[in-house]
Amino acid sequence: MTPILDVCNLGIKFGGLQALDDFNVQVANREIVGLIGPNGAGKTTVFNLLTNVYSPSRGTIHLTGKSTKGKSTHEVTQFGIARTFQNIRLFKNVSVLENVMTAFHNAMDYSMFSAILRLPSYRKQEKAARKLALELLDVFDLREMADTLAGSLPYGAQRKLEIARALATNPKVLLLDEPAAGMNPSETSELMMTIKDIRDKFDIAIILIEHDMNLVMGICERILVLNYGLIIAQGKPEEIKNNPIVIEAYLGQQRGE
Amino acid sequence: MKQSILRNNKFRYLLNTLAVVLLYLLIIFLTSGGILNRYQSNMFIQIGYNIILAVSLNLSCGFLGQLPLGHAGFMSVGAYASALFSMAVDLPVYIEFPAALLIGGIAAGITGIIIGLPALRLRGDYLAIITLGFGEIIRVVILNLKFTGGAFGLRGIEKHSSISWVFLCTVITIFVIHTLLKSRHGRAVISIREDEIAAEASGISLTYYKTVTFAISAFFAGVAGGLYAHYLCILDPSNFGFMKSVEILVMVVLGGLGSIIGSVVSASVLTVIPELLRSFADYRMVIYSLLLIIVMIFKPSGLFGRYDFSLGPAIDSAFRRIRGLILRKGGAKNK
Repeated sequence: MTPILDVCNLGIKFGGLQALDDFNVQVANREIVGLIGPNGAGKTTVFNLLTNVYSPSRGTIHLTGKSTKGKSTHEVTQFGIARTFQNIRLFKNVSVLENVMTAFHNAMDYSMFSAILRLPSYRKQEKAARKLALELLDVFDLREMADTLAGSLPYGAQRKLEIARALATNPKVLLLDEPAAGMNPSETSELMMTIKDIRDKFDIAIILIEHDMNLVMGICERILVLNYGLIIAQGKPEEIKNNPIVIEAYLGQQRGE
Repeated sequence: MKQSILRNNKFRYLLNTLAVVLLYLLIIFLTSGGILNRYQSNMFIQIGYNIILAVSLNLSCGFLGQLPLGHAGFMSVGAYASALFSMAVDLPVYIEFPAALLIGGIAAGITGIIIGLPALRLRGDYLAIITLGFGEIIRVVILNLKFTGGAFGLRGIEKHSSISWVFLCTVITIFVIHTLLKSRHGRAVISIREDEIAAEASGISLTYYKTVTFAISAFFAGVAGGLYAHYLCILDPSNFGFMKSVEILVMVVLGGLGSIIGSVVSASVLTVIPELLRSFADYRMVIYSLLLIIVMIFKPSGLFGRYDFSLGPAIDSAFRRIRGLILRKGGAKNK
């Protein structure tokens, strides 16, 4: 089966620091891949490279067979890679509904002219976008809060809204940067269900960075472990759990060995 | 719950149109009915173009979240372009004046794009400084060109700006900016204010929307400049200095960044107050500045914050409140 996302030999240098090197991954459609590793291993750097926030020193990224080289970040999003952020980045002073509708931007194509004159194309597309946005909020149980400002949502709901906004761009691959950070165990297990639901409902591949091992081991079909910018192990959750190299990277070497 | 008729879209259009017409009739009644003298009537023209300036600056300040300090520069480009056009051609006023205003707006808009493309790569105070610089450059260029009359100023501009024209332009400006903001384009602009990185990750082109918004903002400043030129009938480069830009910025900040009604109210108030205070002569500017300081201390987000007024729901909630009061009174009597 051809992979939907094909990353080959990706690497980036910040001055003298090789933040990431020889990063290879093939992600199939509907696959959930976990990206773990100690702090500073280069996990978020991978996301920033995939969305062209940084341009790689070497290597290639192909989405459904097409290279993303030279595209700007918003073009990569239009192309089909959406992401969330480690520190939540919502449009705080805008309503929950409008947050999601903002991400429908590229699904609509009416001009400024028809917006000013409220032509039929404006009314039709706005109505459709509104309906889709409300449906999307339903998936995350956020419909009742559609009119509240995003900044006044509770923390867990803000995380969910960010995922909803990313999904609104109609991605093929969704990148989640620590979606469970700051959530309590019951919220985390709810999130696990939601992530699986998303994969089934929207038919997309998901790559997630996470420190919560219950979540990672629970839903990821494949896990990549990064340390100092290199992949040190990859495989199924059970293999990773018992891999001595991974344990060493996280806990250090046992003394006297 | 049944939706109130006042929140129905078509009815709201009707209501808004009605309100605009009523306001127009009121102004015409006040000015030509002999209630206000000529000097007081002319204030409406000043209020009009100041509202256009403030609302257009609010677009790039309050909604796009940038801080440009060269609005007077765009205004001057529009003023000179439209004045030179109307002096060159001789057409009936119904064609000549709108064409002149349009040309003023387009000239300012193009200047906006030329300045915006390099300047909008910068953020915050850097953008403020560079636009301030560009504003001064425009002024100095106009000062040194032959066909703009240089330091003598441009004289002999026909007086076309009547209250009706200014009123019409003001309504169009507010309408266009308001409807634009309530569309996908407006959401893109506001998302850039809220978080540039997230906006980009949502598929919004920062360069495109920053530049276009800047150009629209400049366009309306140019139209206001055109109205100004055909009201004063004389243009002097020294009127478009840094202080004019700051004056417009003060209107925007006082009214509330991101509130159109705020800009309208504060532009009106700040145009009238200096005139009302004329009898205090020497203390005029002191009172004016004190007023600004007091507002900024007690309401730092501006008079209206980000509140946006809309007539239908406002009347609706007023009705509800009144009805609530009556019901409560009735209940008290029954006891």
